[in-house]
Amino acid sequence: MKPLITLSGLHKSFGDVEVLKGIEAEIGEGEFFSLLGPSGCGKTTLLRIIAGFETPTSGVLSIDGRDMSTVPANKRPTNMVFQSYAVFPHLSVAQNVGFGLRRSELSKVEKAKKIEEALGMVGLAGLGGRAAHALSGGQRQRVALARALILEPKVLLLDEPLSALDKKLREQMQSELRRLQRQVGITFILVTHDQEEALIMSDRIAVMFDGQIAQLAPPQELYRRPVSRRVGDFIGVMNFLPAEARLEEGRDIAVEIAGLGRTVLEQEQCPAGFVNGRGAVGVRPESLSVLFDGEQARGEVAEGEVAEVIYYGDMTYYEIALPGAPERLTVSMKNRAGRPVLERGAAARLEWDASSLIYFPS
Amino acid sequence: MSGWLSKRGGWLGVYAVVYLVFLYAPIFLLPTFAFNDSTVIAFPLQGFTTEWFSGLSGVPALTGAVKTSLLIAVTSALLATTLGLCAARAGVRYRFPGKGPIMGLIMVPLVLPEIIVGVSLLVVIVSILGLPLSSWTVILGHTLICTPFAVAILNASYQSLDTSLEEAAIDLGETPVSTFRLITLPLIMPGIIASLLISFTISLDEFIIAFFLTGAEPTLPVYIWSQLRFPQKLPIVMALGTILVAASIVMLTLAEIMRRRGLKKAGKKDTGGFL
Ligand SMILES: Nc1ncnc2c1ncn2[C@@H]1O[C@H](COP(=O)(O)OP(=O)(O)O)[C@@H](O)[C@H]1O
Ligand SMILES: [Mg+2]
Repeated sequence: MKPLITLSGLHKSFGDVEVLKGIEAEIGEGEFFSLLGPSGCGKTTLLRIIAGFETPTSGVLSIDGRDMSTVPANKRPTNMVFQSYAVFPHLSVAQNVGFGLRRSELSKVEKAKKIEEALGMVGLAGLGGRAAHALSGGQRQRVALARALILEPKVLLLDEPLSALDKKLREQMQSELRRLQRQVGITFILVTHDQEEALIMSDRIAVMFDGQIAQLAPPQELYRRPVSRRVGDFIGVMNFLPAEARLEEGRDIAVEIAGLGRTVLEQEQCPAGFVNGRGAVGVRPESLSVLFDGEQARGEVAEGEVAEVIYYGDMTYYEIALPGAPERLTVSMKNRAGRPVLERGAAARLEWDASSLIYFPS
Repeated sequence: MSGWLSKRGGWLGVYAVVYLVFLYAPIFLLPTFAFNDSTVIAFPLQGFTTEWFSGLSGVPALTGAVKTSLLIAVTSALLATTLGLCAARAGVRYRFPGKGPIMGLIMVPLVLPEIIVGVSLLVVIVSILGLPLSSWTVILGHTLICTPFAVAILNASYQSLDTSLEEAAIDLGETPVSTFRLITLPLIMPGIIASLLISFTISLDEFIIAFFLTGAEPTLPVYIWSQLRFPQKLPIVMALGTILVAASIVMLTLAEIMRRRGLKKAGKKDTGGFL
């Protein structure tokens, strides 16, 4: 991966409030990169610094090897799709899309051709004559996309572009954005608070909390090896059980887990590092299973009770209460033909496997 | 009591009617006597005539006063709207120390008695600066009282303008100046026109400040006031007043239409305007 954007030691304060606290990251050429975090963690601020609408209090941003501190927003090789789309309401769709071409040397005919191409790319072919204020939310977003992409920027910045759309349209746009990014091959930086969206679309994700990047990794690594309990909790669903760990001879770690008992973990299962003492063990719902009558256990088994059943059609989520465990464990099971759904209050045999556990020191 | 009266608030309905009659009856008297065929302003009416309206054009002093008033109103409206535009942009878009008090002081002339404004300007201009009174001194006074209205209207325009529209234009390569011309100006244009119309109307029929600050050429209201001494000219004054009221209503209606169109253009909901 050839780095295109380098963020080093970026700090940003508004008055006394420090919103970004030392951001370090490299974003590659042609990469689909997401900034993921809860509302207020500083994602938009970071995006606006890259676009040039905010100046960092300290630190360096460079794009394509060039320090951006003296480059104003209208001269940067970036374009932005705003959260509100910011489609100019007094212009037509074609005038909106062609807005950035005003200063180019192209002839009228060439410009019109480019505008039509850009409209076709986002599925709005033939709608150039429409008034922008008469468009639906989904269409306005496409106009904003075409308007930004027509300038062939090195980087496209997207601030929560899908959050205002309803679920169906959002899912459709997720795959469309991904397809578009592969097609044009430029770097996309997406801001989102929706972890599922980030997992679906990104090559790499930076998870941000309180103005800092907590973890920067590809989706699979982020999901499987979260470096902190907070990241594990934010990405998908994760069960946590209190545990006490001790380094054994060699590289193995002996843990005593509330509700599950004693087992041995490997070093890789401690992505946050390891210290002797108290901590927690995390496990994903799909790594656990409920054994039905007559099924043979392949891993370890813990006896408990079904405290809640949530039926989703394709999946069933069970909440299992284990003696000794302070919290119920969520278990997800695929519904197959002939497989029964357990009742609330039934006895449950919980199957688990030591290799799917992650240990977090506290 | 009839059904609709009790349903819609009982005697409040009667109150509203009485209130409106009290408010507008005097204004309806203007056209009534302007078309009345008698030099005496009294009932019963004597018959219909347009003599007083045609008599208007035959008075050179009146034509002069109309010209003076139009010049003052147009200049004051332009100045007040320009100042209002700067103040509204500063107030809505920027943060600076002392912003609250400064914006408050700009709006104070809205509630200051005009006689105070008139007298104090007179003292400053004549006694302290030693300048002669002219149409320019009236323009100064009128700009002062029109600016708060301009600020209020343009504040609303700026507030309903999404900041990211301007940022998007910059992002697409425009400079701040061309962004103002291509994006900001067209989107707040209805507000600018509304502000021009309202300032124009306020200046056109303002009397007290004009009375204190006018030079050799009186404005229209000052001229009308001077004619009230001659009873036989009263019907002509009524005719003039009728024209002024009609013109004011047209202007204010246009201003309100512009304001609503501006909201619609920006895709915003009406949150209640001036009128
Ligand atoms: N212009 C500003 N002035 C003051 N505070 C701001 C400004 N912009 C953002 N903030 C604050 O910075 C924090 C992070 O904001 P933001 O970057 O928008 O978060 P996110 O996009 O992750 O929700 C918030 O607490 C917000 O109130
Ligand atoms: Mg945000």
